[in-house]
Amino acid sequence: MSLLEAKGIVRSFGGVHAVAGVDVAIAQGEFLSIIGPNGAGKTTLFNLLSGHDVPDRGSVRFAGREITGWAPERIAGLGLARTYQHGRVLGNLSVRDNILVGAHHRLRAARPRLPGLGALAELVTALIHPPSVVREEAALADEVARIAALFGDRLTPRLEQPAYSLSYANRRRVEIARALALHPRLLLLDEPTAGMNESETAEMTTIIGGLKAEGHTILLIEHKLDLVMRLSDRVIAMDDGQIIAEGPPEAVRANPAVIEAYLGHRELGGEAVA
Amino acid sequence: MGSWLDYTINGLIIGNIYALVAVGLALIFGVSHLINFAHGSVYAVGAYVGWACFTYLHLPLPLTALAVIIVCGGLGIAIERIGLRPLAGAPRIAPLLATIGISLVLDQLLQIAFTPDPRALPSPLPNWRISLGGGTIGALDLLIAATGLVSAGVLYFFLRFTKLGWAVRATAQDRDAARQMGVDTDAVNRAVFAIASALGGLSGLLVGMYFNHIDPAMSFQATLKGVVAQVIGGMGNVPGAIAGSLLLGLTESYGVALFGSSYRNLFSFVLLLLILVLRPNGLFASARVTPPEPMTGTFVAPSRVLRIPPWAVGLALAAAVVLPLLPNIAYMLQVMTNAWLMAMLAISLTLVAGTLGQVSLGHAALLLLGAYASALLALDSGWPIWASVPAAGVLTSVIGTALAAPAFRLRSHYVSIATLGIGEIVSLVILNWESLTRGPMGVTNIPPLAIGKLELDSPQAAYWASLAVLVVLALLQSRLLRSHLGRTFRAIRDDDVAARAYGVSLDRYKGIGFAFAGFGAGVSGAIAAHLYSYINNETFTSTVSITALTMVILGGMGNLLGAIVGAVALTALPEMFRGTAEYRMLIYGVVLLLIRFRPQGVLGTV
Repeated sequence: MSLLEAKGIVRSFGGVHAVAGVDVAIAQGEFLSIIGPNGAGKTTLFNLLSGHDVPDRGSVRFAGREITGWAPERIAGLGLARTYQHGRVLGNLSVRDNILVGAHHRLRAARPRLPGLGALAELVTALIHPPSVVREEAALADEVARIAALFGDRLTPRLEQPAYSLSYANRRRVEIARALALHPRLLLLDEPTAGMNESETAEMTTIIGGLKAEGHTILLIEHKLDLVMRLSDRVIAMDDGQIIAEGPPEAVRANPAVIEAYLGHRELGGEAVA
Repeated sequence: MGSWLDYTINGLIIGNIYALVAVGLALIFGVSHLINFAHGSVYAVGAYVGWACFTYLHLPLPLTALAVIIVCGGLGIAIERIGLRPLAGAPRIAPLLATIGISLVLDQLLQIAFTPDPRALPSPLPNWRISLGGGTIGALDLLIAATGLVSAGVLYFFLRFTKLGWAVRATAQDRDAARQMGVDTDAVNRAVFAIASALGGLSGLLVGMYFNHIDPAMSFQATLKGVVAQVIGGMGNVPGAIAGSLLLGLTESYGVALFGSSYRNLFSFVLLLLILVLRPNGLFASARVTPPEPMTGTFVAPSRVLRIPPWAVGLALAAAVVLPLLPNIAYMLQVMTNAWLMAMLAISLTLVAGTLGQVSLGHAALLLLGAYASALLALDSGWPIWASVPAAGVLTSVIGTALAAPAFRLRSHYVSIATLGIGEIVSLVILNWESLTRGPMGVTNIPPLAIGKLELDSPQAAYWASLAVLVVLALLQSRLLRSHLGRTFRAIRDDDVAARAYGVSLDRYKGIGFAFAGFGAGVSGAIAAHLYSYINNETFTSTVSITALTMVILGGMGNLLGAIVGAVALTALPEMFRGTAEYRMLIYGVVLLLIRFRPQGVLGTV
C-alpha cells in the first residue's frame, strides 16, 4: 500500500487551474521526483499534500488516514515534513532552536494533547522543568548535534547563531535539518538546491543520497535534472497543472511531451535537457 | 415606524461622518499598507483649527473649511515624512508604532494649547430644518451628506482620470512595479496623505459643528470608528470603507434605539469582532481568497541582545529592596510602587507582543478584569485579600484568553485592531453590567492589601509587596522563556506557517501565552485596586495599553528585563519633572518616534 496517495486533486486560483486533477502515489522507501517548468503547479501540489492549502476536489491519504482538509500541524503529527522553495527559517531563532522546532511534535513536554487541560499541563510542566524534561532536552541536544553533523562543518560551528545571519545556502540546510528532526515518515523537499552553486549542489546531492540510503521516503521537486536522474526511483513531469509523463527517470527525460514542455516554455531549468 | 425612519436617517448621517475618516484611512492603507493611528489626531486638529478660525478670526465657513484643508493636508504630508518614509526599510511594526507616537504627540499638543476641557463649536449655518417622517433634517445634515458625496465623487474622478490618481492605484497594487515604471511613489504617498488628512480634518470640523462640542479625546474615538468601518468594508478598499461606515452608523443607531446610548460603542466593537472572525477580508471580498498579509516577513527587528550580567541585576534588585529604608521617601515609594505595577503589565505584554508576536493594543483591559475581580471578590463575596488577588489573576487569565481567542486566527495588524476592540468591549461591558460592577459609579471602599491580619497599608509595605510579586512573576516568565515554550512562541512570531508545518498548533500556544500573560496582568490590576481603594471602568483606559506598549518597545520586544527597565524609566522619568505631568504622553510619543534610530529597543529584541 502507498504511504501517500492523492487522487484527482484540483486547485484553482481565480480561473487558473494550478493543479488540475493530479494523482500521485508514493510507496514506503521510494524516491519520487516531480519536475516541470515554473508555474506547472509543483509547489501548489506540495501545499495541498502538506495541508497548507485545501484542494477544491479530490482526496489525500497519508499513512493509512484520510487527511484531506487537515490542518498542517495535524499532518506534521503523522510524520510528514517539508521544506520550502524560498526558505522559511525562523530568522530570530538560533540554528539549534530552528532544528529543535522540527522536533516539536515528538516532545513529551508538549503533551498531553487534550485541549484546555493539556495546554495547562504543558505550561505547568514547562515552569516546573522536572528531571524527565531535563533528560529529554539532553537527548534532543545530542540529536541536534548528530543532524547538524550530516552537513559537515556547515552548521555545527553556527548552532548558536541566529538564522538570519546565515548564508542562503546554509538556510536551506537548516530547513532540511529541521525537517529531519521531525523523524519524518515522508520528506517533501521543494527545490533544496535552489540558489546553490555547482559544488554546493554536488554536496547536497550526496546528503540527499545519504538520506535515501538510510531508507527515507522522499518526494522531491527539483529543476536540476542531474540530481533528479541520479537519485530518483521514479519521476513525474508536470505542466499546466497536469501530469504529462510518469515513469523511470530515463524514460521521462526522453519523453517528447516533457522536452516540448520545457522548450515550449523556453525554460531549461538548472541544466540542459538532453 | 416614524421613529425607525429617524434612527435610519440619523444612522446614515453618523455613518457619513465616519466615512470621511474611513476613506482617508483606506486610501493610506491602500498605498502604504499602514493603519495610520494618527488619523484621528488630524481629525481633532481639524476641529480645533475650525474653532480657532471661527473664534479668533471670525472667518465664514467656506474660508474656515479651506484653512482646515490646508493645515490638515500639510500635517498629512508631515506625518508621511516623519512617520512613514524614514521607516521604509525598517521592520513592519515600526511605522505602525510611529503613527501611534505621532498621535500621542499631536493629542498632547492640542491639550496643552487648548486645555483638555471641551469647547462649543457652534455651527454658523442657518437653523432651518425640513420635516421628514417623524423627524427633521437640518442644513448641517445636508452639508455633511453633500461633503461625503462630493468628496467621494472627486476622489473617484481623481483616482480614475488623473495621472497622479493612476499612479496611486498602481502603487496600491504593486509598489515595486510602480516604482520600476517610473512612478515616484514618495510623491504618491505624499499626495495620498495630504488628501486623506485634508478629508479627515474637514470631517473633524463638521462633526464638531454637528455635536457643537469638541475636545482632544475625540481623536482616539475617530481613529477607532474609522478603523472599524474600514475593517467592515475591507482594508484599503475605498468604496468598501464608505459602505462600511454607513453600515456602522446604522448598526449603532439601531443599537442605541434598542438598548440606550451607553451601548453605542459596544455595538460597533462587537460588529468589528464579528467581521474580523467571520470575514477577515471585509464584507465585500470573496471568501476563498487567502487573507491578505499586510505585514509579511519578520515582524520584529533582528538584533543582538544586550546581556546584563547577573550581578548587575542582583545589585539593582538589592537597591530596589533597600530603597524604602531611606528617609523622606514616601512620594518616591508611591511612584516606584506604580512602576512595579506597570512593570507587571509590561512583562505580560512583552510576552504576548514581543515573544509571541501578537501586538495587543488592549492590554489594559486585563488590568480592569483583575481589578474588578479582586475588588468584587473581597467586597461582595467576603474573600480575604491574600486569596482574592491570586484568584483575580486566574480569572483574568481565563476570561482574557477566552476573549482574545477569536483573534488567534488573525495576523499582525488585524491582531492589534481586534485586541483594541476587545479592550474597549471589556470597558463597556463593565460600564453597562450594573448589577455586577456597579456601572458608572465604580467600586468604592475597596479594602487595602492584607495578608491575614497583617495590613499592608503603609507605603513601604505596598512597595515591598508589589516588588515581591513582580520578582516572582519575572522569575516564572524567565523559566517559561527558557523552556520549549519560549522557543515555540518565538517560532510562531517569526513564521507561523513554518511553525504549523512542524506541528505547532497556533490556538494552543497562543492560548498558553495569553493565559500566562493574563495572570500577571490580572494580579497587577488586583493589587492596584486595593492600593487605589476606588476603581471604575475608566481607571485603566487604552492610554494605559499604549503606555505599556511604549515601555515594551523601549526595553526591546520580548525582553523581560527590558520591559521592567522600560516601565521604571517611563513611570519615574515624568515624575522627575514634577508639575509637568501634562507632558507625560508627549514623552511617550517622542519615545515611540525614536524607534527610528533603535528599532530593537534599548536592551534588544529577544
